[in-house]
Amino acid sequence: MCSKKDEMKKKFRVVGTRPIRPDGIEKVTGQALYGADLHAPNMLVGKMLRINEPHAIIKSINISKAQKLPGVKAIITFQDFMEVSTNKTNDILENCLANKKVLYDGHAVAAVAAINSEIAKKALDLIDIELEMLPFVVDVDTAMQKGSPVVQLGRKHENVSDDFSDNVTSFCSFGHGILEDGYKNAAKVIERSFKTPSVHQGYIEPHACLASMTADGRSDLWCCTQGQYNVRAICADIMGIEESKLRVTASEIGGGFGGKTTVFIEPIALALSLKAGHPVKIVMTREEVFKATGPTVSSSIDIKMGMSKLGIITAAHAVIRYEGGAFPNETYELGAQSAFAAYDLKAVKSEGYNVLTNRPAQAAYRAPGAPQAIFAVESAVDELCEQLNLDPLETRLKNAAKKGTKASYGPTFDEIGLIATLESAKKHPHYAAPLAQNQGRGISCGFWFNFGGNTCVSLNINFDGTVGIIEGNPDIGGSRASISQMAAEELGIPLERIRTVIADTNSLGHNDVTDGSRVTFSVGLATIKAAKAAKKEMCKRVAKLWKIHEDAVIWKDGYVLPAGPNAGDQEPLSLKEIAAMSAQTGGPIAGHHEVNAEGAGVSFGVHLVDVEVDPETGQTKILRYTVFQDAGKAVHPSYVEGQMQGGSVQGIGWALNEEYIYDSSGKLQNSGFLDYRIPVASDLPMIEPVILEIPNPGHPYGVRGVGETSIVPPLAAICNAVSRATNIRFTELPLSPPKVLSAILGKE
Amino acid sequence: MVKVKIWGSLVEATGFEYVNVEGTNFIELLENLQLKYPGLRPQIQRGVSLAIDGKIYKESWFTPIRKDSEVVLMPFMIGG
Repeated sequence: MCSKKDEMKKKFRVVGTRPIRPDGIEKVTGQALYGADLHAPNMLVGKMLRINEPHAIIKSINISKAQKLPGVKAIITFQDFMEVSTNKTNDILENCLANKKVLYDGHAVAAVAAINSEIAKKALDLIDIELEMLPFVVDVDTAMQKGSPVVQLGRKHENVSDDFSDNVTSFCSFGHGILEDGYKNAAKVIERSFKTPSVHQGYIEPHACLASMTADGRSDLWCCTQGQYNVRAICADIMGIEESKLRVTASEIGGGFGGKTTVFIEPIALALSLKAGHPVKIVMTREEVFKATGPTVSSSIDIKMGMSKLGIITAAHAVIRYEGGAFPNETYELGAQSAFAAYDLKAVKSEGYNVLTNRPAQAAYRAPGAPQAIFAVESAVDELCEQLNLDPLETRLKNAAKKGTKASYGPTFDEIGLIATLESAKKHPHYAAPLAQNQGRGISCGFWFNFGGNTCVSLNINFDGTVGIIEGNPDIGGSRASISQMAAEELGIPLERIRTVIADTNSLGHNDVTDGSRVTFSVGLATIKAAKAAKKEMCKRVAKLWKIHEDAVIWKDGYVLPAGPNAGDQEPLSLKEIAAMSAQTGGPIAGHHEVNAEGAGVSFGVHLVDVEVDPETGQTKILRYTVFQDAGKAVHPSYVEGQMQGGSVQGIGWALNEEYIYDSSGKLQNSGFLDYRIPVASDLPMIEPVILEIPNPGHPYGVRGVGETSIVPPLAAICNAVSRATNIRFTELPLSPPKVLSAILGKE
Repeated sequence: MVKVKIWGSLVEATGFEYVNVEGTNFIELLENLQLKYPGLRPQIQRGVSLAIDGKIYKESWFTPIRKDSEVVLMPFMIGG
């Protein structure tokens, strides 16, 4: 047996290579089945009635005219649902379908199932709603003030000050040391306020599902989701059925980025199906996706930071106010914890508030809460470097968190890769490349926690020597490829002999949602252990065949061998040969592993960006972009690079153009991709990814999650670059051309 | 006894940034924290994680904790 350390240092045969992606042909030929591609006999079309008002009491809903329309099979409102077990589930249901109040522009109040889309739409028009309009609030700072319209009463936690309105539901603070002492030791102290807008996850595939529920509660649900087990738990609770009665199958997924970690339409489709006695399919329009599914929180953040002449951060304080729409959430805690995680600080404090507004409920978005807070912190660090005439990369190196650093959120870091990523950025030609007029270079560090979580894997050795892996996490970033690679590595067989599929909820035990950059880490870990279990069983059978003790055989490169000369000189048996004898040696061979995986290991990244700002239009062009990130061990480097590039591009959109724009009547003005500007290929240079591999001691192959960190640094990196290009310090995103031009003209 | 660091906004509930409680694993520690400091109960019921020797554990009750482990109470963590 080799030790864990030796295993992590070993040379890999399959892990670290770039095989062709297993889902490629299906996706490029259109054969892959996404949420909207599923059909059932006698299927009905479900549509939702949404109210275009930000805040109103629902006085009455009259469905009698709509019910009489030929072709209408069922209509439901909130009153069709029974009471659910927790506040959290009730919030999810009330976000799907309003109860007593419309809480945001786009909030649904009723749903119809009809024989076709046209009739369903006509029926929606025939539903009479009587509303009493209420004052509304969509801005985080306004919502906190006493006297502001209150979105929901009774949601305030016990530790929130009465100085705030009832919209402030939660408060947290973290840190250590004495700030005032730190500020006294600083050569320069700055205080700045920052703002970031709500942005949408922007997945290309809208939410879609097909539900079939019978009177005895047995149900099937097919949907695009990041977690079919979570969908099952929420829907079973809402529908009042046992989880085993509801089978949820995840379709292929056209992007999620955190936004598909909850439900918006699935319980509605189930309830309509139950009432109508037919399967019901709901597909959201793009407008519905923007108006009623989770954008990120928007933020308002104050930073006070001191720095010595030599560039040591002497004290740092952040007050973080996140607005996550009409329902409470915990993103403010993640923002407050991650704000200063990149730095080794003697005096640090971060405070976080969650605030209710008349906006759609926020949903997770890649490293939820971290990009906003770190944008503010990294902008302040950059401004101090500029004012003290210090190199921004060297200064970050001087302050960088490392093994033994007491993190601002409490724990002491073990092995982490921030210094290695900063050193890599320093050596890269990008950092020394010349800049021309109107150009600027920005840098930012990024951080994310990374998680493990509940995971089940079943690995079956087929009689022909191929291997089937069943796992329970929708593949949103290449996990089927990386899981097959890790199994091939462990079993010592060619990758082509392995197929990994995603199970429905009744075919495998519980798996947590595909989130927190957890899947390659934890499903990979479970796969390796399942493969080890299958190898052990094969060794046992061969030992029996050879009439020697189990300990006298070993597994090597896909073969069972005698452990040494004393064990005999039998010819090695391959996995394929052992598989062929399965029936005769005891039946089918399988390995499985169930675990609540821990030890995911935090992740750091550093981004470098060069921009050019057109002084006549205020438009920012990204000239060069380089990403440095620690992947632990990159199982499939192309997918890792894709994660690093994809997160960067989403961050570029957040920094430069994306924002939810509300008018003075509280209505969303840009609920489509024409008016909500996400980056397209022609906006971007090639994003250069630089993968660092500092093995994670918590994983047999050293793997670390990579999916989220890359969206964290772009906001500050770009803002710092634009600030340096224009000699104007920007503190509010997005840096859209009108905003930048206005600042340039103001300066002149 | 295990020394547990309490995050800033919960210090009001304990009176101290660091508290000492009995416990040999995750669940024992949380149970004893709630018994000794009832003010922590609402937050623990809403959900917490523990960082034990630098690693974050979300809900593994039987995770062993040594007397000299570094233990930090943290909010329950979610990802995207």
